[in-house]
Amino acid sequence: MSALLPLSASLAFLGGVDPWIFGFSAITVVVTIWMGFRSAKTSKTASDFFVAGRSVSVGWNASAISGEYLSAASFMGIAGMVMSSGYDALWYPVCYACGYLFLLLFIAGPLRRFGAYTIPDFAEGRFDSPLFRKIAVCFVLFIGFFYTMPQMKGAGTTLAYIFPGIPYWAGVAIVGAVITLNVALGGMKGITLVQAFQYWMKMFAISVPVFVLMAVYGGYGAHVGANRTAAESLAEPAAIVQTIDTPRATLPATAPSDVSWVSPFGPLTTKAAKAAGLSPEETKPYSLLYTYSLIIALVCGTAGLPHILVRFYTNPDGVAAKRTTMWVMILIGVFYVFPPVFGVLGRNLLPELYAATGAKGTDKIVLELPRIINERYGIWGSVLSGIACAGAFAAFMSTFSGLLVSMTGALAHDVYGRILKPHATAEERMRMFKIAAVVIGAVSVVLGSQVEQLQINFMVGQAFAIAAASYFPLLFMSVWWRGMTMKGAATGMLGGGLAALACTTVINLSDLKIIDLGVFWRTNPLIRILCEQPAIWTVPLAIVLMIVVSKATRTTVPSDVRMKMLVLHAPEKLGLKQEYIQEHSAGAGH
Amino acid sequence: MQNIFAEHTCPSPTPPHDDVVHSEAFLRTLMRRQLQLSIACAAAFMIVLFGLPIANYLAPELMATRVFGFTLSWLVLGVLFFPAVWVISWLFIRRSISLEEQEVKSVANVRKE
Repeated sequence: MSALLPLSASLAFLGGVDPWIFGFSAITVVVTIWMGFRSAKTSKTASDFFVAGRSVSVGWNASAISGEYLSAASFMGIAGMVMSSGYDALWYPVCYACGYLFLLLFIAGPLRRFGAYTIPDFAEGRFDSPLFRKIAVCFVLFIGFFYTMPQMKGAGTTLAYIFPGIPYWAGVAIVGAVITLNVALGGMKGITLVQAFQYWMKMFAISVPVFVLMAVYGGYGAHVGANRTAAESLAEPAAIVQTIDTPRATLPATAPSDVSWVSPFGPLTTKAAKAAGLSPEETKPYSLLYTYSLIIALVCGTAGLPHILVRFYTNPDGVAAKRTTMWVMILIGVFYVFPPVFGVLGRNLLPELYAATGAKGTDKIVLELPRIINERYGIWGSVLSGIACAGAFAAFMSTFSGLLVSMTGALAHDVYGRILKPHATAEERMRMFKIAAVVIGAVSVVLGSQVEQLQINFMVGQAFAIAAASYFPLLFMSVWWRGMTMKGAATGMLGGGLAALACTTVINLSDLKIIDLGVFWRTNPLIRILCEQPAIWTVPLAIVLMIVVSKATRTTVPSDVRMKMLVLHAPEKLGLKQEYIQEHSAGAGH
Repeated sequence: MQNIFAEHTCPSPTPPHDDVVHSEAFLRTLMRRQLQLSIACAAAFMIVLFGLPIANYLAPELMATRVFGFTLSWLVLGVLFFPAVWVISWLFIRRSISLEEQEVKSVANVRKE
């Protein structure tokens, strides 16, 4: 009897755990890890992964890209932000999906033809400069860390929901440790089939609860309609617009009003100007500026995300790369209709989340909302909530693993293997890969445990803003402008990228109250907006720097630039790639 | 298109570097035609993307009109935007694949002569 006491004490955190929710989540974690290890056995090296991937059909490949792309921000963050901010948050899902159009129009085909595996590979190949590769690789780490923070917040939020007893940081640490161990042991490579499976899993987990909730509590439109617009509240101030069966509970004081929630230029985009005490009319231009800068960050950022671009090399040719992009846009476009529905229904059905912050706040609406069905149909709410939790696990596990693999690769392969110890043996490199995975995993957990108060979606937006000002200009200009030199490309990428990095870091430090800039922001709302959403000036800055510096150093344009351009743009059938490789290996005797 | 290649006609079947494919003119037409297509599609997309905030700014009452419970602006951004982008990308892919086929064919023709 006494031997059981410590056991029951250590299991105390299980108190209040819903067995259905726990069961579905546990199955997802186990299946994901098992599938990863199983597939890892069949493909051992990086080139195995790429070569094997090339036999994969457009449909599978598109599912795999979508599976890797849909992170905790897509699965949980969008719904949370729509619930807390309303209309303005809709720009996020739209631009996450539509950014792929830019990738398709300007980058996907040429990059696939050029045949470099990663952005640092492309940077080196396009300018024949190993030095530039080392500069470019830094941004894999910058963007990666900004992207892992929201995934960690998603993990902490989900675990705090499943186990109400444990604190936020413990959830972050547990999930971070499990995934890091998994990656360090080689169990999680970007396997096409696993990623493709994860897409369909996330799609199922987001859509089924939405359909059931809408069948029980009323449709998407009806729930948006329960929020009165400006004109409606003027016309009949006393009347309550009754479009849904269950009347809404009173909103907590921290919730935005109907008008500001349902109309454009709401709390998200006007926060800075409102804090400065400007009138509603005066805030509108600021709000418009914020919206445009956000759009630029998300659309250009999608086209510059390192872990997504890698997947385009698994297409057999440029035409297939374009077809795959088209299917990715359809798959993720369909997905992105659903998360905002959770936010809209959540505002009416679960408004008490407005009163909480951090891991207990609106970011968990996707997980918690399905459970209200328990009130009417027994355990089915728990089952649906379990499915949603399983989808959330799939979302942050796949994205965090993908990021960890690419960041670890950058650190072990580029920083260690090329800079610190160029003559390392294969065994040393393998050991370094494991050490690097643990180091990066640990840093991610520490960073992730600090950001409980920031919104998941907002943080992912910052990663996009950095990618938009660094990799996007690099890719776009290198593909379409022959006059680019290595110095121009490097100056532009560093100038724009570091400016965006500095701005977003300052915003996060100030929002987390680590540094106090409250007074400064209140007196300078414009600077606050340009720091919070820097893309509107950092993307042009990067491009202008690239043009000016390239013009100044035009003598250093690579001598075979015409051939490089042909490889990028001419159809594969003309066989220029093989010719280029032959010439290059013949000429590159150094 | 054809007259650009005419002056670079080369008799040998596998010419090393002086054939049409490696000429300045070929690369310039190639890039220009593909960039024109991309820019046309991007422009169509950006008119919608950047036009919506302007519409919200200048005509808030119109954009707040109720359609199936949604406001007009919400319906456009939350639902209709996605199919619109699919149409643009479908048109782009069809055009760009046929452009590539034309390029391959015209090079083959010149090489044959």
